[in-house]
Amino acid sequence: MEQDAKQVVSNERGGSRQEANSFRIGKYLNVTNIGMTLYFLFLALPLVWMLSMSFKTNQEILSTRSFIPIDATLANYQTIFSQPFWREAFFNSLIYVGLNVVITLIVALPAAYAFSRYKFRGDHHLFFWLLTNRMAPAAVFLLPFFQLYANIGLFDTHLAVALAHTLFSVPLAVWILEGFMSGIPKAIDETAYVDGYSFPGFFFKIFMPLIGPGIGVAAFFSFLFSWVELLIVSTLTSTNAKPIVVTLSRSLGAEGWDWGVIAAAGVLMIIPGAILIYFVRNNLAKGFALGRV
Amino acid sequence: MKTENQRAWFFLIPALLVMSINAFIPIMTVINYSFQDIFAGSAIWIGLENYVRVLNDSEFRSALGRQLIFSFLILLIQVPLGIAISLGMPKKGWRATVALVAVGLPLLIPWNVVGIIWRVFTRGDLGLVPVFFNLFGYDYNVANNAVDAYWSVVAMDVWHWTPLIVLLCYSGLNAIPDAFYQAAKIDGASRWSTFRYVTLPRLRSVLTIGILLRFMDSFRIYSEVDMLTGGGPGTTTAFLSDVLVSKARANEFGYGGALSLIYFFIILIISYVFFLVLTNVGTADETPKEA
Repeated sequence: MEQDAKQVVSNERGGSRQEANSFRIGKYLNVTNIGMTLYFLFLALPLVWMLSMSFKTNQEILSTRSFIPIDATLANYQTIFSQPFWREAFFNSLIYVGLNVVITLIVALPAAYAFSRYKFRGDHHLFFWLLTNRMAPAAVFLLPFFQLYANIGLFDTHLAVALAHTLFSVPLAVWILEGFMSGIPKAIDETAYVDGYSFPGFFFKIFMPLIGPGIGVAAFFSFLFSWVELLIVSTLTSTNAKPIVVTLSRSLGAEGWDWGVIAAAGVLMIIPGAILIYFVRNNLAKGFALGRV
Repeated sequence: MKTENQRAWFFLIPALLVMSINAFIPIMTVINYSFQDIFAGSAIWIGLENYVRVLNDSEFRSALGRQLIFSFLILLIQVPLGIAISLGMPKKGWRATVALVAVGLPLLIPWNVVGIIWRVFTRGDLGLVPVFFNLFGYDYNVANNAVDAYWSVVAMDVWHWTPLIVLLCYSGLNAIPDAFYQAAKIDGASRWSTFRYVTLPRLRSVLTIGILLRFMDSFRIYSEVDMLTGGGPGTTTAFLSDVLVSKARANEFGYGGALSLIYFFIILIISYVFFLVLTNVGTADETPKEA
């Protein structure tokens, strides 16, 4: 550890935990708080701007620039809820995202268990190969995915999108789950067998509850990827399974730039994520922190 | 201790099945295309010609250059900023909850919606950013000015993805025992040396993940930029995926296949170098960590 006589004088740590004692205004005017305030303003401004736009008429959007709508209206939201193609697109999104989460967990749980509990020939290579799929640009898969899913007759179905998205969600889920599972001592497995549990009994009744947070985090990241992705869904869907991300992108061109409706749709698409992040907030970052690197 | 057991493969069957459908078959298809000239349903084996064409293509080369500069630029901004913000995050109470949810929110917004948010935020006729720059007498124009467009894309990416680094470092920080800081305090360590020798080494693993993910994902950026600038003005914000998508949409199978593989290969190589550097850098002057 390096020491410097000049620096011994100031020995305050971190900068983050020093604010608790005093209520004086001056105390809050330090670099940390100013910096944090600026950052959160930067985070909030674009979102607030879109939120306020969603309550404005197109006329007002183009004529004045204010945070508070002068002539607040719900017409943009009404447009979306009254038109079936917006509603259907929203449900299409939720269906394939849900399917993706289910498939990912079914596939990733046993795989992560294998990586965390067993040594087998080529395990490191296989793990790395799984992760390399996470690196592949989605654009690479446009053509082959289209042909593959058209050939097996799944084109324009929710299942096709869900399956295609597992390419990116399974590697991440295996990685996260493996981290959580390796945190559970192997003695637990052995004790359960001694107590007479069969393997499935042990896995579902004892092991899964123990790694509950990990399953939550893995599900969260699978949801996350599937929900935000645009390129693959727009390739694999045409009408039946067309999701809201694609509808939004296309309506940008087709409907003569109806900014109010676009902003309202944008706001609606933030809501599921916002709800989800509230529920997993305590386990969110843990998922990555425990993953192996 | 792990058991050496080939039974593990049994558990891997579902994952391998799904991944082989999704990864193996498409990659084989792409490799197959890349060696062929395909037109009107017939294909001719042309060896490495597609690869030569891609590597000599000025469109590809300039997109690659832009891509590399962009990815390293956003890493240079996002990593220090993310660490700094994570240090300033409230640690408990309602403020921690609010801050965590607010920071995490951009990560959960569909990528094209991120582009749309920034488009309405920066557009000349309805955005806030031009008004802001006008206060300083600068005529900001995201649609026509290449510099403005480029920095808008950078700002959007910083907005969108710095939260990932923040969340990772935040979790890493919470895992550092208080005793470490107390020891540093007793030793009379300065704030900087406490950060450098106590905090930073303990953030190594989360930062490795963060930098790798940020590198890979910034190298694949498409939807956000497509919505914000559409690659323009001209080709100033057209990155690699943009070139590849336009080739795929134009059904240039052979060229697109070769481009895909070169693209993928570049990501793999650079990620691997990052991985090696990040897992080895500074290990000499660090107390051994229990992993």
